[in-house]
Amino acid sequence: MNPETILSIQGVTKRYAKHTALENISIDIPKNTIFGLLGPNGAGKTSLIRIINQITAPDEGQILFHGVPLNISHESRIGYLPEERGLYKKMKVGEQALYLARLKGLSKQRAMELLKFWFDKFEITDWWDKKIEELSKGMQQKVQFIVTVLHEPELLILDEPFSGFDPINATLIRDEIMRLKENGATIILSTHNMSSVEEICDDIALIYKSRKIIEGSVKEVKEARKENIFNVSFIGDKVKFSQALWIDAELIESKKVGNFETAKVRLLNDKTPNDLLQALLPHVEIHALHEEIPSMNDVFIQRVNEINNETLEEVL
Amino acid sequence: MSKISLIIEREYLSRVKKKSFILITVLGPLVIGLGLAAMVWLSVTEDVNHKILIIDEKAPAFNNIQDTKNIKFNYANDMDLQQSKEMFYESDYTCILYIPKNIEAGNIAMLYYKKQPSGTVIRGIENQVEGVVEELKLFQYKIDPEDFRAVKTNFTLNAVKYSETGEEEKLDKWKTRIGLGFGILIYMFIFMYGVQVMRGVIEEKSSKIVEVIITSVRPFDLMMGKIIGVGLVSLTQFALWIILTLGIFGIAQATVLKTYYSADKISEQIQTTPEIAQEMQEQGNGDKTGLLDPNNIINRTNWPVMIALFFFYFLGGYFLYGALFAAVGAAVDNETDSQQFMVPVTSPLILAYFFAITTIIQNPEGSIAFWLSIFPLTSPIIMLVRVALGVGEGGIPIWEVALSMGLLILGSFAAVWFAAKIYRVGILMSGKTSYKELWKWLKYNNG
Repeated sequence: MNPETILSIQGVTKRYAKHTALENISIDIPKNTIFGLLGPNGAGKTSLIRIINQITAPDEGQILFHGVPLNISHESRIGYLPEERGLYKKMKVGEQALYLARLKGLSKQRAMELLKFWFDKFEITDWWDKKIEELSKGMQQKVQFIVTVLHEPELLILDEPFSGFDPINATLIRDEIMRLKENGATIILSTHNMSSVEEICDDIALIYKSRKIIEGSVKEVKEARKENIFNVSFIGDKVKFSQALWIDAELIESKKVGNFETAKVRLLNDKTPNDLLQALLPHVEIHALHEEIPSMNDVFIQRVNEINNETLEEVL
Repeated sequence: MSKISLIIEREYLSRVKKKSFILITVLGPLVIGLGLAAMVWLSVTEDVNHKILIIDEKAPAFNNIQDTKNIKFNYANDMDLQQSKEMFYESDYTCILYIPKNIEAGNIAMLYYKKQPSGTVIRGIENQVEGVVEELKLFQYKIDPEDFRAVKTNFTLNAVKYSETGEEEKLDKWKTRIGLGFGILIYMFIFMYGVQVMRGVIEEKSSKIVEVIITSVRPFDLMMGKIIGVGLVSLTQFALWIILTLGIFGIAQATVLKTYYSADKISEQIQTTPEIAQEMQEQGNGDKTGLLDPNNIINRTNWPVMIALFFFYFLGGYFLYGALFAAVGAAVDNETDSQQFMVPVTSPLILAYFFAITTIIQNPEGSIAFWLSIFPLTSPIIMLVRVALGVGEGGIPIWEVALSMGLLILGSFAAVWFAAKIYRVGILMSGKTSYKELWKWLKYNNG
């Protein structure tokens, strides 16, 4: 195991009465990174998170935290923001935050210091004596976020962290997540909304139907899936453009955007963008050329289609 | 500070600080204390003076009816019932007593009133009329009143327990009543606070905070913390109730009731209430109402034993039922759904209560009483009624009490074990739960 791995999930399987929630999942999560745990709803993400949080136990496999099997003493080093947020509705904000912080093992004094810091930072000091039920949903989410990160956990698990936030607060939270990483924390982001996290994740694992189907750094995963498609913006004749293409450069689509024509070209047989430029330069005026990198969503859909075809073949 | 004590602290403080807790804690004794005071006050002051007009169709047989302290009788020699009724509301008579011609055949007389007189007044008149009718009949049957009094029998069967060592003790209704009082208190508190445990679990479950908390503490600690915390609230409320009730009653007694409420008044009250007087006589208790009398029920009750057992059975019963209520809370999403699981949990409790107020108080040493006082789900209420008779010599055998206590401890542990299994799985589940599913949860090994 890589010494830089903070959490090593090894062959974890979890079965419920009628279905298997996780099937032999192995993932290594590198220290001090933002790790995206991606997959559609019902794929098994929450089951896995609950096992990492020791809420439930796996039927098979184990999880190592800094190389040691997970145990109760690790609880105070992990922070968890569940997908279904919840706080005591009738309890005052400050009292509640203090209580949850102390349950995580902070002393009363230390908890108060940290709470003061975070309440100042989020400019919510005057909420201290309000009851949770008096706050709006977005406000409650802020409190919940503070409670999650307050005890300065080494490992933060955030399940759908951006749901329920307006764009301004979502940005605020996102900046906080980045800052926590800078300060040395490792963060697992679990979401079905892949576009919301692909820019901030270093590594991802994609879970689909209880299995891990893709794993790796965001860059690698996307690179591996790119199809040598290039977007070209140019000024000139569309017909000349297509005539300039040869057999290994296939025009997929083109459209006019403002003064520019843009075309999508797939290069085959190891042709490079230089080859493409050489062919085009004499005929049109090139303004931009960039490779099309698939989005995480595209990667996911592609992979799911592959799997479905495989299983179809297996069945056949 | 360990985590479970943090949970206990929160559960306790969040409830004790609630307005509703303070309100109930203050209002409860106020209502009970004032109610008690009002009862005493009413029963001694209500008897305004009565002026009663007697329409005696049997004259002069009833000429002998005696005035009492607050009842004056007048005879309407020249009026019949109809006439007297017509002038009733113009007169200052409070009642008309009508004695019909055939009273010794029908055994009925009529009392017409403007405002209902108290039971004491009615019984007082009844007794007097009954006496006269009796004399009338004796005369008609030509029986010498002396002979009649000699023959008249007020039979009592004295049921006495004869113990192995030769001690005798009468079945003491007053003792079991004190026990019943304790039993009902336990019933009320288990119900009130058991439901609070359930509500607390449902609140954590439906607000979803439970998922945050169980990443910091074991579900078992969370459940036990809640049960213990709420239990402490109940003890607090109980203690405050006793202090406040005694306080309010004491103040009321020292001020408002001082003039009315005295031992003389009370014993007079008892004398004029034939049932109580008769019962006291049966108890061989006469008018021994003074607190200094060793035969007074207050002095015949073994308070240290009763109070110790009260706390034991209350705590045992509370843990047993509290755990079951916690399991019910964990199995449902909201209180409306809890009904289906509440029935099996609460029915032994309700059953115990009904047996206590009917069968057990009549026959505290019967076999139903024995079995129900051994069975942990009913023993907290039933055993309290029984042990009021005394423990050991002349009372409930020590082995029965020991067995019952032992089984209650075992029962509480079993309930907590069972509840923990349901709780652990249930708090993370949502949706409707069936008994079949509960059975599955019991068999899960690891969460």
